[in-house]
Amino acid sequence: MEKDFGKRILLLGSGALKIGQSGEFDYSGSQALKALHDEHRYTILINPNVATVQTTEGMADAIYYLPITPEYVEQVIQKEHPDAIMLAFGGQTALNCGIELHQRGILDKYGIRVLGTPVSAIMQTEDREQFASLMHQIGVKTPKSVAVGSVSEALEAVRVTGYPVIVRAAYALGGLGSGFCTNDDELTALASSALAYSPQILVEESLKGWKEIEYEVVRDGYDNCITVCNMENFDPLGIHTGESIVVAPSQTLTDHEYHLLRRIAIHIVRHVGIVGECNVQYALDPHSDDYRVIEVNARLSRSSALASKATGYPLAAVAAKLGLGYGLDELPNAVTRVTTACFEPALDYVVCKLPRWDLGKFTGVSRQIGSSMKSVGEVMAIGRTFEEAIQKGMRMVGQGMHGFVGNALDIPDLDGELRNPTDKRLPAIELAFDRGYTVEQLHDMTKIDRWFLCRLHNIHRTKLRLTACTGLDDLDAPLLRRAKEQGFSDHQIAKLALQGDTTMSPHAKADSVRARRKALGIVPVIKQIDTLAGEVPAQTNYLYVTYHGTENDIAPERDGRTVVVLGSGAYRIGSSVEFDWCCVAAMQKIRSLGYRATMINYNPETVSTDYDACDRLFFEELTLERVLDICDAEAPRGVIPWAGGQIPNNLALLLNERGVPILGTPAACIDMAEDRQKFSALCDRLGIAQPRWKQLTSLADIDRFADEVGFPLLIRPSYVLSGAAMRVVTNRAELESALATAAAVSADHPVVVTEFLERAKEVEIDAVAQEGRMVCYAISEHVEFAGVHSGDATVVFPAQKIYCETLRQMKRTARKLAEGLHVTGPFNIQFLAKDNRLKVIECNLRASRSFPFVSKMTRHNFISTATEAVLGSTLTPVHGAFEEMDRVGVKASQFSFTRLLRADPVLGVDMASTGEVACMGDNFYEALLKSMLSVGHRVPRKEKGVLLSSGPAKEKVELLEAAQLLARSGYRLFATGGTADFLAAHGVETVRLHWPDSTQRPCVIDYLKAGEIDLVVNIPKNHTPRELENGYQIRRTAIDYNVPLITNARLAAAYIQAFCGIGCN
Amino acid sequence: MNYELNKSAILRLADGTEYRGFSFGYPRSTTGEMVFCTAMTGYPESLTDPSYCGQILVATHPMMGNYGVPDDERDAYGLSRHFESDHIQCAALVATDYSACYSHADARRSLGEWLSGERIPALCGIDTRALAKKLRDEGAMTGTIVFDDSPVAPPVHDDCLVARVSTKQIQEYGHGRPKVLLVDCGVKNNILRLLLERGVSVRRVPWDYDFTHDDYDGLFISNGPGDPAACIPTIQHLRAALADDRPIMGICLGNQLLALAAGARTYKMKFGHRGHNQTVRQPGTHRCFVTAQNHGYAVDPATLPDDWECLFENLNDGTNEGIRHKQKPFFSTQFHPEASSGPVDTMGLFDQFIEKMKEV
Repeated sequence: MEKDFGKRILLLGSGALKIGQSGEFDYSGSQALKALHDEHRYTILINPNVATVQTTEGMADAIYYLPITPEYVEQVIQKEHPDAIMLAFGGQTALNCGIELHQRGILDKYGIRVLGTPVSAIMQTEDREQFASLMHQIGVKTPKSVAVGSVSEALEAVRVTGYPVIVRAAYALGGLGSGFCTNDDELTALASSALAYSPQILVEESLKGWKEIEYEVVRDGYDNCITVCNMENFDPLGIHTGESIVVAPSQTLTDHEYHLLRRIAIHIVRHVGIVGECNVQYALDPHSDDYRVIEVNARLSRSSALASKATGYPLAAVAAKLGLGYGLDELPNAVTRVTTACFEPALDYVVCKLPRWDLGKFTGVSRQIGSSMKSVGEVMAIGRTFEEAIQKGMRMVGQGMHGFVGNALDIPDLDGELRNPTDKRLPAIELAFDRGYTVEQLHDMTKIDRWFLCRLHNIHRTKLRLTACTGLDDLDAPLLRRAKEQGFSDHQIAKLALQGDTTMSPHAKADSVRARRKALGIVPVIKQIDTLAGEVPAQTNYLYVTYHGTENDIAPERDGRTVVVLGSGAYRIGSSVEFDWCCVAAMQKIRSLGYRATMINYNPETVSTDYDACDRLFFEELTLERVLDICDAEAPRGVIPWAGGQIPNNLALLLNERGVPILGTPAACIDMAEDRQKFSALCDRLGIAQPRWKQLTSLADIDRFADEVGFPLLIRPSYVLSGAAMRVVTNRAELESALATAAAVSADHPVVVTEFLERAKEVEIDAVAQEGRMVCYAISEHVEFAGVHSGDATVVFPAQKIYCETLRQMKRTARKLAEGLHVTGPFNIQFLAKDNRLKVIECNLRASRSFPFVSKMTRHNFISTATEAVLGSTLTPVHGAFEEMDRVGVKASQFSFTRLLRADPVLGVDMASTGEVACMGDNFYEALLKSMLSVGHRVPRKEKGVLLSSGPAKEKVELLEAAQLLARSGYRLFATGGTADFLAAHGVETVRLHWPDSTQRPCVIDYLKAGEIDLVVNIPKNHTPRELENGYQIRRTAIDYNVPLITNARLAAAYIQAFCGIGCN
Repeated sequence: MNYELNKSAILRLADGTEYRGFSFGYPRSTTGEMVFCTAMTGYPESLTDPSYCGQILVATHPMMGNYGVPDDERDAYGLSRHFESDHIQCAALVATDYSACYSHADARRSLGEWLSGERIPALCGIDTRALAKKLRDEGAMTGTIVFDDSPVAPPVHDDCLVARVSTKQIQEYGHGRPKVLLVDCGVKNNILRLLLERGVSVRRVPWDYDFTHDDYDGLFISNGPGDPAACIPTIQHLRAALADDRPIMGICLGNQLLALAAGARTYKMKFGHRGHNQTVRQPGTHRCFVTAQNHGYAVDPATLPDDWECLFENLNDGTNEGIRHKQKPFFSTQFHPEASSGPVDTMGLFDQFIEKMKEV
């Protein structure tokens, strides 16, 4: 077969991380680029996601931070002259863009060949009706389904399927706009909102309660076809696979069922003509071998990333090479290096994937999990029993769970929770066991397979034995061993078995359990993931830790050359792919300096958990216990806690107290920066200004503080499990309501109250120091005023509009803090700047979210420098802060409000964005426009219009110039009451639209629903309930009807300037 | 580990290594050849596969028994629907974890209950990955499961395991044509079923039965346990059949016997192939198939006479996976196209056999 096509290959990335399309595509794109590099191809990547590994210099020969739209892709094609394109590695975004490029004839025009699965085949799998008829041709069953284009047709379709039905939108990622309906009213509501996303929706028979099974299939150009992995959802069909706990390999399927579905999957993939990777999802009747094919994804997907990590089979790399024309039999098995890639991995362990939700961050959002995806990240746990894996996994999720048992969680409506699950599904099952529910009862209520429930019940039974203990002496070897084999942590055992002991702290209790089990010889073993269940020796060190074993697969390396990098954990709002980039960059440097890079991480969406990214990969928990286990075995030179964000940073002090060397800033100094009181004392000592704050324990104290500094105030209640609700209050009434929604103020639940500066600029410095001396730094500036979380803000680098005096003060402060905290490694300081006065709001002695951004904009890798700082010889400081750069970079945030039903799409002091992009330009506006288009904005069409609903007076003024510009540029303008008056008074004519709760017409909601508005600028006011509710209705309707929304006046003004000025089409 | 199980036993290997485990089958000491299987599904099928006769099966898949064990239902041909023979064939089962709880609509009893009922010992709580790696590195070896209160019987040296598992009398199935004469060296039910489903009649004869004067349209040599060289009468009868032109198909042991009859040699592999993920390739092509395998002996392809050729080769270790005659309609596979358990990708070979019979 021809293998020399594709000399210059264009690869489309997936853009910003969002719900339904997350870090997995950094994994797949990065692996594909590495595979193409091995084959000496010239690679061109388009991806505006600056935080990814794939957009790092050297990953592709040419990297474009541009929106993944046909217009921009064509520009790149004109410049780079690729002869081939790959569409399968950038999720639905790349696929949709590829289909459009094909349909517009752009690919043909430039003679570009699509490598891998042909576009025609992709299109057949994307259109459900076409797909169903294709399946029908080969006798494969799909759900009874009717494609409709209107609400009335949908109601008609139910006569074929009967209720309940599931409604799905065609061409939408992750089940967007889909849901269950049991009657005409529900169907009418859902169908009309789904039709806003897609011209075609499907009304399908509901298979609620069936098992959901997936296969990952690979086919080459010689028609060889293998299934790399099958997976079984713990949750029955009806819960989106991205919301489900997923187990690999399947556990409750007989050989007959396994191979029935496997055979059909292969049949489908051959019939469709896939070349590369494909995911096939089934519903399987638990009472017979009846099945339905519910989805086929003709591209790498979230499931394929999971399957890759679950099996050790590098699906993306193999798919890329198959796209070049290789046969599976010609590619080596990357793990054994002596066998080939043409085989099906055999697993001698079980993996559990658990989703991570951050629903607590949003106001108004429904917490129920269902057919539409809401989770923002996931974890994968490996064990040799389901119990071991699920308990690890529950800790990995990182929301305060100690495992399946030992969590004190109150679930008021237990039966309701079991029948209609939310993100609290697993704790609800444990609570039900506590209350005496049987496996049979739980199966009836949840439709979860009895096997999973029985295995969870095993954990519950061990809990009962642990709680019966009255002290350490009762923990005998068989019980301890049993508990450890079932995945109990030392902390969890201590919590259950030593609850009567009031003399020891929780950490001391866990330490005592650890000491006891070590004395009894109960220690874990290290096992390899080798794709062949031990049949052939593995050449890579892809590892996990288990208590089901008597020997280690690998000899620990105790030569002092090991450097352990703690990974980022589950992606969540506030900690995402940017920290994976930091980890990968750190490991590259560690290896180039001659050390052995060992990674500990459990996130299957990451590049850091590719076993070729490091020398040893422990796919393991980032808990004190597990990191100590690994350090006990490997005796590393040290641990790097600063690359993976806050999760590993929190371990630094604990590890250090237990004798583990920390590579970087001394642990005590990390603690000093993390502890508010200690940090303030340091700032006072160094003469550094901070906003005034106090930790208070009563409302009276808060009142007194409010009198002293005045409103507005920033309120930060103490940590609560669902995520602390931080907010700004502008008066006493708001203060009271804020405290009522969080835990009450008390000595046990103190509240941190901080002075809030209005209309202050927020500026940041990202820097690296060595032994207290700053060696490089970069200064960036937020477009929005302070009050928008730095993770949601639009950030400009280098800073464009700050005083030289401010710059100087920032540098000086950073130097003082670096020295005062003896910083070695990366750090980040956030400042408020107002009237040339600077106040420090935060100092993090670790890599920050913006490290990849500034590293890529400056082309100076700050993490490499930081790694050298902790490992290498004395560094020479880099002069200047890159202010002289002749380009401007703008980082914009991606929001996923469309996924979060009913959530108020408004920004505040708590972070809400799920991803980010950054684009470059010759000036600020050019870079801003590209960035905004990259996060899903569309330049409004002039025949449509722009709605301005601009809140407080100052914001109205802020927007006036932009409104005038829009009017001059020929846009139709709509405005709500106050805004319309204000604009009219300043000579801008608008169409006045009435508020949602008004009976007068025209109403803003009607215009939004009718698609008459192409951009909504709605600035929330934080005032009366009526305004809040009206604002919410406008914002939410915009989101639900897919109309771009901006809720910040400064950003809106800049964006309007950008698109009116550049006039991009 | 399942901690409700409190009866422990020792697994002792020929080299003296010991593993302690917990009994979930019949508590009886036993000895057998240790083999490991990497399949992730199909324990009812594997345990009743006559090719495992006398062997202690080590499952690398960690959790065993998840979907229980079904009833012994029969199909239209009177063959067991879920099992490959009438009883459990392996000497014992060794697992990492045993799932006493099970869940499946077809399940009627637990794996442990089934094993106990058939007096087959089984241990869990053993690091089967460590065990598999040992067998991989040091080769197949004898192992003994020792219960304190059950004496270890001296090992029975069985020269010909095939004699133990083969049918004792001739059995006839179906009335269709062509007529297949099936030499039962330990045949799996699914081989019979796949032939019968294709409309043929099958005359199933004992392994040492002299079929050379029988009336048949095609000859089928089944799978079976042990050393092929021990099946001397089968090889002799087969050699006579090679002089004839009627189609022959063989599977697994049948592949080895066909090779021996043709004049090639077989040898014992270090630890064999047992699992569902072995890929075979047609020599000189890119056509590959994922297959189910269960064998400890192999054909040495270098010793094949000139009029024979390699039909399939193992993609990983290059061992022979099938042979065919260059002119006559004789072929056999080392792997198991009948699957059960395992992938079904090569079932079409049965159709080829039927077609060849019809052509003649």
